[in-house]
Amino acid sequence: MSVKNIQSSRNKKRYFKEKVFKMYGVIALFISFAFLVTFFGNMIFKGYSGLRQAKIYTTISITPEVLEDPAYAFLEDDYYYISRDEIRRLPLKIQDSKDMMNKTFNEWVIADSEVDQYLKGRPNRLKNSDKKYLDKLKEEGKLKLFFNWNFFTNGDSNLPEIAGIKAAVFGTIYVMIITILVSVPLGIATAIYLEEYAKDNWLTRMIEVNINNLAAIPSIIYGLLGLAVFINFLHVPRSSALAGGLTLGIMNLPVIVISSRAAIKSIPPSIKEAAYGVGASKLQVIWHHILPLAVPGILTGFIIGLARSIGETAPLLVVGMVAYIPDAPTSFVQSTTVLPAQIYTWSTASLRAFTEKTALAILVLLAVMLLLNTLAIWLRNKYEKQW
Amino acid sequence: MKVKMSASNVNFYYGEFKALKDINLKFYENNVTALIGPSGCGKSTFLRCLNRMNDLIDGTKVEGEILLDDENIYDSDVDVVELRKRVGMVFQKPNPFPKSIYENIAYGPKIHGIASKGAEMDELVEDSLKKAFLWDEVKDRLHAPATALSGGQQQRLCIARAIAMKPDIILMDEPASALDPIATQKIEDLIFELKKNYTIIIVTHSMQQAARVSDYTAFFYMGNLIEYGETQQIFTQPKLKQTEDYITGRFG
Amino acid sequence: MEKVYFYVFLVCSIILIFLGHYFGVKKATFLEAEQKIKSRPHYYGWYSVILMAVPAFLFYTLLSALSYYKIIYFNPLLTYTFTFLIIVIALLISLKKITPEQNARLKVERFINITLLISAVITILITIGIVISVFFESLKFFKNVSIFDFLFGTEWEPDTAFLGGAGRGNEMVAEPKFGSVPLFAGTAMISLIAMLVAVPAGLFSAIYLSEYASKRLRKKIKPLLEILAGIPTVVYGFFAAITVSPIVVEIAELVGLKAEYTNALSPGIVMGIMIIPYMSSLADDVINAVPNSLREGSLALGTTKSETIKHVVLPAALPGIFSAFILAVSRAIGETMIVVMAAGLRPNLTLNPLEGMTTVTVRIVDALVGDQEFGSLETLSAFGLGFVLLIITLILNIFSMKIVRRFREKYD
Repeated sequence: MSVKNIQSSRNKKRYFKEKVFKMYGVIALFISFAFLVTFFGNMIFKGYSGLRQAKIYTTISITPEVLEDPAYAFLEDDYYYISRDEIRRLPLKIQDSKDMMNKTFNEWVIADSEVDQYLKGRPNRLKNSDKKYLDKLKEEGKLKLFFNWNFFTNGDSNLPEIAGIKAAVFGTIYVMIITILVSVPLGIATAIYLEEYAKDNWLTRMIEVNINNLAAIPSIIYGLLGLAVFINFLHVPRSSALAGGLTLGIMNLPVIVISSRAAIKSIPPSIKEAAYGVGASKLQVIWHHILPLAVPGILTGFIIGLARSIGETAPLLVVGMVAYIPDAPTSFVQSTTVLPAQIYTWSTASLRAFTEKTALAILVLLAVMLLLNTLAIWLRNKYEKQW
Repeated sequence: MKVKMSASNVNFYYGEFKALKDINLKFYENNVTALIGPSGCGKSTFLRCLNRMNDLIDGTKVEGEILLDDENIYDSDVDVVELRKRVGMVFQKPNPFPKSIYENIAYGPKIHGIASKGAEMDELVEDSLKKAFLWDEVKDRLHAPATALSGGQQQRLCIARAIAMKPDIILMDEPASALDPIATQKIEDLIFELKKNYTIIIVTHSMQQAARVSDYTAFFYMGNLIEYGETQQIFTQPKLKQTEDYITGRFG
Repeated sequence: MEKVYFYVFLVCSIILIFLGHYFGVKKATFLEAEQKIKSRPHYYGWYSVILMAVPAFLFYTLLSALSYYKIIYFNPLLTYTFTFLIIVIALLISLKKITPEQNARLKVERFINITLLISAVITILITIGIVISVFFESLKFFKNVSIFDFLFGTEWEPDTAFLGGAGRGNEMVAEPKFGSVPLFAGTAMISLIAMLVAVPAGLFSAIYLSEYASKRLRKKIKPLLEILAGIPTVVYGFFAAITVSPIVVEIAELVGLKAEYTNALSPGIVMGIMIIPYMSSLADDVINAVPNSLREGSLALGTTKSETIKHVVLPAALPGIFSAFILAVSRAIGETMIVVMAAGLRPNLTLNPLEGMTTVTVRIVDALVGDQEFGSLETLSAFGLGFVLLIITLILNIFSMKIVRRFREKYD
C-alpha cells in the first residue's frame, strides 16, 4: 500500500469536493468585495462631477431699475442660464457697495443647474436650441467648470447649484458633542463599576443582560424614546442638536459600556494583584494601573461608536432633524440638520442635479467613516495584547 | 525486526525558530517507542511530523526525510489523507466529537469507505471498541453522546476511533496525562495489547510510563535527539550523562 | 450679552476651583511639615474641589431646570451670582476642614465610588426608561385601536387619522384602519430576502476566513469587511434606490416580468449585503470557539479539511451559528433607512418581491416625520408598531443569548 499520489477514485472525488467547498468561501468573500468595488465606483462616478460647478462669463449692467427687478442687469440671452441665486442676490450686493451703480462689468457667475448638468454630460431638461447656444458659449470660453467651493462653504438650498454641506457638517459636530458628553463619561463609569466594584449577584447579571439587550435594539426605537422622553416629556426643542445628541448618546451608551468592559477585562489580574500588593487603594489601582492600560481599548470602542453615531439617520429623522435648514447652527437648541439627514433629504429631492450632490455628500461621509475606522483598526493592532 | 518508519536528518522550524535539529530515528514494527524529554524539547513536535499534523500550523517548515515503508511522506505527491489514515493519532486531551459513541467510531471508516453502513459498520464499531477495552462499558449506550463518558473512557474511545481506521501506526501524544492513575493503568494495559497488531509511538512525560510500556526509548532535549536505544538499556545504563541526569530526576 | 455673562461666570468658577485645589494642597503640605497627616497632600486638593464643584453644579442645574420649565423663573444673572457664592463659601469651609485628622483620601474615594454607582444606576434606568416610555405611548394607542384589529387586521390606512388629531374628528370621511399584517408581511419578506443573501455569504466568508485563510490574509480581509459594516445605512439606502432598483427592474423586464421601482427585492438584497459582515463576524467568533482538538482529532483520521468542517466543526458550532442567524434577523427587521428609501410606502400584502411593499419601520418613520400633533392617532400608531418591534427584537436577542451561553459553557 502506498501513500503516494491520489490512489482511489474515492479520494479523487473527496479532493474535488474539498476544492468546491473552498471555492464557496472564495465566492462568498468575492461577493462582498465585488459589492464594495461596485459601490465605491458607483458613488465616485455619480459624485465626482459635483466637485465642479459651471459658471458663465457674462455682462452685468447695474442701473437703478435693477433694484426693482434684478433681471434687467443681465443679458437677455444669458439670463435663463444663470442661477436664480445670482439674480436674487444682486440687489443685496448693490446695497452693500453703492459705487456699483451705473456700471457695467463682466463677471463669472454661477450657471443654472440644468446648464451645469448639460456641461457635465448628465441628463438634463434643456432644449436643443439651448444646447446650441451653450455650445457656442463654451467655444468662446464663456462657459466653464470651476471647482465647487460652494459645496463646502454653503448650507442647504433648493437650488442644487449652490447647495452645500456646511450646515450639515456643523450640525453633525454639534450633535456629536452632546452624544459624546452623554455616552462617554456615563459609559466608562458604568463599565468601571460593573467590572471592578459590582459583586457577582443577580442584579449585576440582570444589568449585564440589559446592556447587551440595549445594544441590539434597532436604532429607530431610540428615536421613539427621544421623541417620547426628551421632546414630549422634557420639552427639549424638536430638531435641535440637543434632542438629536441626547438620543444618539443613549444609543451609543451600551456600545461604550461593552467595549470599555472588554478593555478592562482584558487586563491580566496579575497586574491588579501586583498593585494591591504594594499597598495601593482600590481607586489607585484603577486609576494608576487599570485605566492607563485599558485606554487603547476604550478609545477603539469610542471611535467605533462615534463612527456609528455619525452615520446614524433613522432616530434623527424621528426627532425631527430632516427639516430644510440652510444655516449652520450656532447653539444646541436651534433647529439643526446632520450630514446623513442631508443625504436623505437630497436623495428625495426631485431635481436630477441633486443626485451628484447626494453622492458627493456620501463620499464625504464615507471618507470620515473610513478615517475613523482606520484609526480604530490601527489603534487595535498597535496595542493588541502587550502581555 | 522490520523498520516501519524512519526519520533521517529531520529539521523543523516554527518561523525562524528551529525546533528540531537533525533527528535520525527508526521505529520498529510491532514495537512501542517512547519519546521522552522535558517540556518544550520537541518530542511532541516530532510526533506531529510523523503524520504531518504540523502542516496545519502557519509558518512551519520541515526538512529531511521521513520514510513510511520506504516512501517519503513529505514528497510532494503524497496524499495526506491517505497518510493520516495509515498513521492514526491519539491526543493529549481526549477529544471525542460531540456526537454519539457509535458515530465517533464510524466517522473515519465512513469517510474512507472502509466499511459500508449497516451490519458491516456495526461489526467494525464493536470490534474497535473491544480492542480498546471499552465495549463492555458502553455496549448498552452506543448512541449516547460521547461527551458524557468519563475522561478515561473518552480517551479509550479516541483510541478505538483510531483503531477503526485499521492504521499501521498509532501516534500517542501523552495519552494519559489528563487521566487519573486507574484510567492511566487501563490505557497502559491497552497499549501493551495493541502492539501485537500495530506500531506505536508514544510521547510521555512520565519516565515510569516509558519504562513500563515501551520497547525503545528516545530522549529529546532542546530540539536534539540525545540518546536512543532499547528501553532497558536507556533506563539502566544510559550512555550519556545528560540522559542519566534526566532519568534520575536531577533536572527536567 | 447673556452668553458673555455665562462665559464670565464659567471662567471665574473654574479659576476659583483651581485655586481651591491649590490652597488645599498648600495647606496640607504646610500641615505635613509639622506633623503626620492622614492622606497625601494632593488628596486634600481634590477634597476641596469636590466640596466646591458638586454643590455648585447641583444648585446651578436645579435653578436652570426650574427656569427652563418655567416653574419658578430665576434671572440668569441671579443664578450665576448665587452659584458663585456657593463656590466661595464651599472653598472657605473646605479649607477649614483640612486638618491632620481629616482622611481626605477616604472621602475622595467614597465620592468616586458613589459617582460610579450613580452612573451605573442611570444606565440601568435608561434601559427601563426605553421600554416604559414606548410602552406607555403605545398604551395610548391601544386605547383607541383594539389590539386584535392591530395584530390581525390586513388594512393599514391611517391617512384620515390626522383629522382627529386636529380636533376635527367628526369630519372624518372614512374610519382610519390600523391593521398591521401587511406591514409585518413586508418586513418579513424583505428580511427573508436579506437573509437569503447574508446567511450563505456570511457563513462561507467566516468559514473561509477562520479555516482556510492564512493569518496574514485574514488580517488584510477583515478590515475590508469592517468597511462594509461601517457604511451608514442611509448610504446603502441611496444605493438601493438609485442603482439597484433600476437594475432589478431592467432584469425583470428582460425575463418578461414587471417590477416596480420600489420593489422589495432591491432593499432586501442591499440589506443582505449590509448584514454579511455582521453575520460573518458572529459566525467567525463561534467557529473559533470550537476547540482545535476536535479539528485535529478529525484530521488525524485522514479527513479532508472540508469534511472536518462539514462533519465536525459546523455541527459543533451549530447552536452558535443559529444564534448568529437570530441576531442577523433581528438586525434586518429593525433596519430602517434602506427600506425607507427603497421599499416604498404602500401597504401591500403580496408574495411577489417585485412589487412595492412597506415595512413596520417605514411606517414608523412616515408617521413621525411631518407636522403631526404628538397626540394624534397616527403618531401613536408609530409607538404601537415600535413597541411590537421592540418586543420582537428583545425576544430574539434574549433567545440568542441563551443559546450562545449554553454553547460557550460546553467548550470553555
